[in-house]
Amino acid sequence: MDLQTAAQINSFLAAFVLLTAFGMLVQKRIYSLIHLFTWQGLFLSVNTAIVGYVAGRHHLYISSILTLSLKVILLPYILHALIVRLKIRKEVETVVNIPMTMLIGIALVIFSYYLTAPVREISTLITRSTLAVALATVMIGLLMMITRKHAVTQIIGFLAMENGLFFAATSATYGMPLVVELGVALDILIAAFIFGIFFFHIHTTFDSLDVEHMARLKEED
Amino acid sequence: MNMSGIIIETLQVVLLIGLAPAFTGWVRMLKCWSQGRTSASLFQPYRDLAKLFSKDVVLAENASWIFRFTPYLIFGTVVLAGGIIPMLSTDLPLSPTADVIVLVALFAIARFFTALAGMDIGTAFGGMGSSREMMIASLAEPAMLMAIFTVSLTNKSTSLARIVEVIFSGQSVLKPSLAFAFLAFVLIVLTETGRVPVDNPATHLELTMIHEAMILEYSGRHLALIEWAAMMKLFVFMALGAALFAPWGIASANTPQTIPMAFVYLLLKIGASGVVLVLIETGLAKMRLFRLTEFLGSAFLMATLGMLSFFILE
Repeated sequence: MDLQTAAQINSFLAAFVLLTAFGMLVQKRIYSLIHLFTWQGLFLSVNTAIVGYVAGRHHLYISSILTLSLKVILLPYILHALIVRLKIRKEVETVVNIPMTMLIGIALVIFSYYLTAPVREISTLITRSTLAVALATVMIGLLMMITRKHAVTQIIGFLAMENGLFFAATSATYGMPLVVELGVALDILIAAFIFGIFFFHIHTTFDSLDVEHMARLKEED
Repeated sequence: MNMSGIIIETLQVVLLIGLAPAFTGWVRMLKCWSQGRTSASLFQPYRDLAKLFSKDVVLAENASWIFRFTPYLIFGTVVLAGGIIPMLSTDLPLSPTADVIVLVALFAIARFFTALAGMDIGTAFGGMGSSREMMIASLAEPAMLMAIFTVSLTNKSTSLARIVEVIFSGQSVLKPSLAFAFLAFVLIVLTETGRVPVDNPATHLELTMIHEAMILEYSGRHLALIEWAAMMKLFVFMALGAALFAPWGIASANTPQTIPMAFVYLLLKIGASGVVLVLIETGLAKMRLFRLTEFLGSAFLMATLGMLSFFILE
């Protein structure tokens, strides 16, 4: 595989990551959301392996396998189990309507394109053009956390954001040092357990996972 | 302008007019099979058209010239569109006169007059259909143009013949922007030709119909022309998709050897696109009208993403 092909596959995978990010942004059903999240993790993992192969950084293989096992297998499984256990059937409610969210998402992509323009000038890596996509994925994850009311969707938004960060690290600098990546992976795992526990508590207190109910937690005056 | 160009051009238009009902018959046949029903023959649409042509036209008393003129106009614009798109060869005399943007405008003219004709008689259904059609058009057209701009940017031209030639010369291989544009194009084709998630061409159920509601007052040869134009529109969109995204087999010079091959390729591609169309239609249920904003919004989103990824990634 030469550099040119690798760069092309890389940009294709970047496009797919962006597409799944948008898919999650507009998807109303929670099961489809998790499926999209799984796909995004898969694209990310394949992309990391390819970058590792082309750049000759073999620790990227390890982070690729970590991504695969955590974000494609374990986290979707945990989320799935949670949804089954908490019997969430309802469609996800959004604060802003879907077409509007899409337009904001497009604006964010353009914004991050301009934001990363100076970096693109300096960098010499073959993957530099995907940095804008990575930043856009982070922002779309953030937008998803803002526009959704449901705790599970917000967590998926958070995880999508983390995906974007990971993608940014791979495309801007050929990945973080292995120690950092192992740390982040562990963090995510712990976070998954913690949000699982929180979900149960929110659910038992409010009988729903809609975070709007938390407005009731304020003191009476 | 050379003689062979004119011959090919004529051949292509005749092919479009002649084959479009067969393609519609093919789609109906596949649809019947996929639903486990026995299908009518491939040539049933021809018989339907012949029956309609032999019947008298019943006109409402207050029908104006628009109502009588519209069927001919729709038929004409679709035939003209078929003359622009390189189906068999890129060396068409009509091709340099109009690019893809003109093509979109041609369909817009046909739609404008159909909507006027729907309101002309003054029945409730016609007005309802026109209003719905215009709502859909206002969402579908930007998405269509955006998808076309993306393809044009990638191939550095808005002329269809030029786009096909650029793809042939191998300058544009797998590109993310084209993949996005293709996804958007599929959604738009479903909308523009009134297929299942948007409109159902097989039903006259009063509350869901869109295109059928507008042409409800037509009869006889007028209805035949409109139906025929609708069949050709489906064919034209399939040929447009083939020219933009899979142009292999289109002849770049009008020699007697390449044209038959181009014809075989065209039949194969159109036939395959019919299979895909039926698969999509079988897999989806018709959408509520007010969910169409999301459907067409995502078409617009894909097209825009395609354009952005052209700038970002290529």
